[in-house]
Amino acid sequence: MPRYFTDEHEWIDVEGESATVGITDYAQEQLGDIVFVELPEVGATLDKGGDASVVESVKAASDVYAPISGEVTEVNGALEDDPALVNSSPEEEGWFFRLSISDSSELKGLMDETAYKAFVDSL
Amino acid sequence: MNAPNKSGWKPSMQVADATGDSPTTTGNRALMLEEPLLFEIGHTEVTGVDLPEIDESASTRLGGLDRSEPIGLAGMTEPETVRHYTRLSRQNYGIDLGFFPLGSCTMKHNPRLNEKVARLPGFADIHPLAPQNSVQGALEVIHELGDWLKTLTGMPAVAMSPKAGAHGELCGILAIRAAHEARGDAREVVLVPESAHGTNPATAAVAGYRVEDIPATPEGRVDVAKIKERLGPDVAAVMITNPNTCGLFEKDFRTIADAVHEAGGYVYCDGANFNAIVGRVRPGDLGVDAMHINLHKTFSTPHGGGGPGSGPVVFSEALAPFAPLPFVRRDEDSGTFELVEEEAREESRGHTFGRMTAFHGQMGMFTRALTYMLSHGADGLKQVAEDAVLNANYILRSMDDILHAPFADSGPCMHEALFGDKDFGGDLSTLDLAKGLIDEGYHPMTVYFPLVVHGAMLVEPTETESKATMDQFIAAFRSLVERAKAGDETLKQAPYFAPRRRLDETAAARKPKLAFEG
Repeated sequence: MPRYFTDEHEWIDVEGESATVGITDYAQEQLGDIVFVELPEVGATLDKGGDASVVESVKAASDVYAPISGEVTEVNGALEDDPALVNSSPEEEGWFFRLSISDSSELKGLMDETAYKAFVDSL
Repeated sequence: MNAPNKSGWKPSMQVADATGDSPTTTGNRALMLEEPLLFEIGHTEVTGVDLPEIDESASTRLGGLDRSEPIGLAGMTEPETVRHYTRLSRQNYGIDLGFFPLGSCTMKHNPRLNEKVARLPGFADIHPLAPQNSVQGALEVIHELGDWLKTLTGMPAVAMSPKAGAHGELCGILAIRAAHEARGDAREVVLVPESAHGTNPATAAVAGYRVEDIPATPEGRVDVAKIKERLGPDVAAVMITNPNTCGLFEKDFRTIADAVHEAGGYVYCDGANFNAIVGRVRPGDLGVDAMHINLHKTFSTPHGGGGPGSGPVVFSEALAPFAPLPFVRRDEDSGTFELVEEEAREESRGHTFGRMTAFHGQMGMFTRALTYMLSHGADGLKQVAEDAVLNANYILRSMDDILHAPFADSGPCMHEALFGDKDFGGDLSTLDLAKGLIDEGYHPMTVYFPLVVHGAMLVEPTETESKATMDQFIAAFRSLVERAKAGDETLKQAPYFAPRRRLDETAAARKPKLAFEG
């Protein structure tokens, strides 16, 4: 299952036509303790680069953008009760939402793990 | 590491090793008293007022809305009540107690003369619905203050009613919306640079616009090329904070404004930082169409818990007809003043978008602000800006050798100096330094804003502070920076000497307790 990354510090796991999206370990570390996550509605259509979620930490509120276009098929309801999952397990249990991919060619511009690591090191 | 310091640290003083852990029976510390909640000291069977017995035979006039059971509010005697709030006030911190360098808030001294004038019965004891011929003095104050604001900004119209900065932003954007709608131009987008105040995008969204960010340049200013690239027939307005939240003057403002106007949009300027340029720059000359002015910042009316805000908005010729009602007009023949309301709307402000408030605005703030202006005079207001900028640069240049100052090479700062936590050791962060400042006897600066700087610390001394006050602050700030860079883990536990130790902000946000549970 390939994992992609964006320069907005999101990860995307692709499995067939479905993509799972979350924020990276680097992102959660920069944000600090997460206190609230606003998730998209199931069934909502997201455009690549558009607002998808809001994540709020003790320091700031930040938008999470849709890394690719698609329709939301599932959201991680566990985050509503326990937003700290984003801190403790950002790249596993702290996933945000799943999309049905509408245009798989959009994945081409994204980074793989090596490229993302080099990107973070350059910051 | 410096010895911890409870108050009034001077380099020459020896400070005892203050562990301060020996408990007292009461929990009080000398004459600093612990204060329980009202619910813990009061009792539902106690009351501080002596009311006559109820005549049981009297009929109720509450129409079935009588209280069916006691509501359980704690009662207290008058001396208990007075002491409760006085004790709490001693645990608070304000500009009257000490240096309050909260960037973007302009926490300046509120002169006592303002208070004296605001309490004159002819201003303090009048009613908004009083006949206008009985409150001519108050109307004249509103009118004259408006004239000062128009003169200082170089703009032809003013709305006095908005009640605070963000309310003023909404007022400006609603006027812009009305102006576009009046010519059938349905524009959808408002551009907001990263260096703008956080309320700007919120305002545009509330007014029904889609907000798009414009990035900042590496030197901390608006990226002019990016704005020009994005301008088009769908852009209703650009909202720019000047001076911006990086503490820098947007020197390309006129170029940006001309480009926005050419594309058919309007320019909103967030004037919250007007303190840095009052008397020196007229925003009207920069091409601004609407700008709010925080009387509670620039013109020294109380805020930060000390009083209501007030955010008058000045308008360009193009937007003046869309400004809200009511406004005060002087009849040139009789010299009398009148409040122009809806009945007169055809005559002037023919396209007004309506009202922001029920009445004319914050009278108590108007009297204070006009007193400040008259007591300083035009030359004094110019010096306010110059001293505020000088003070901020003094702090910037007293710190930039040991603390990361991301825009130190972008030229002089304006009214506030911006730092980042780049070189802190261990896992120490801006938050730890801010908590350490509390132990040193200072209200911390603004932290983690603006977002463009990692671990931002935004220090605004204002013109209020003397060199001696700033030197003492700089000594404390420098010692904390050195501790943070050395990875001094004891900072993680600060504050040590505040009425409460470090609060768990995460738990407070994740699991807030909003009701008293006895």
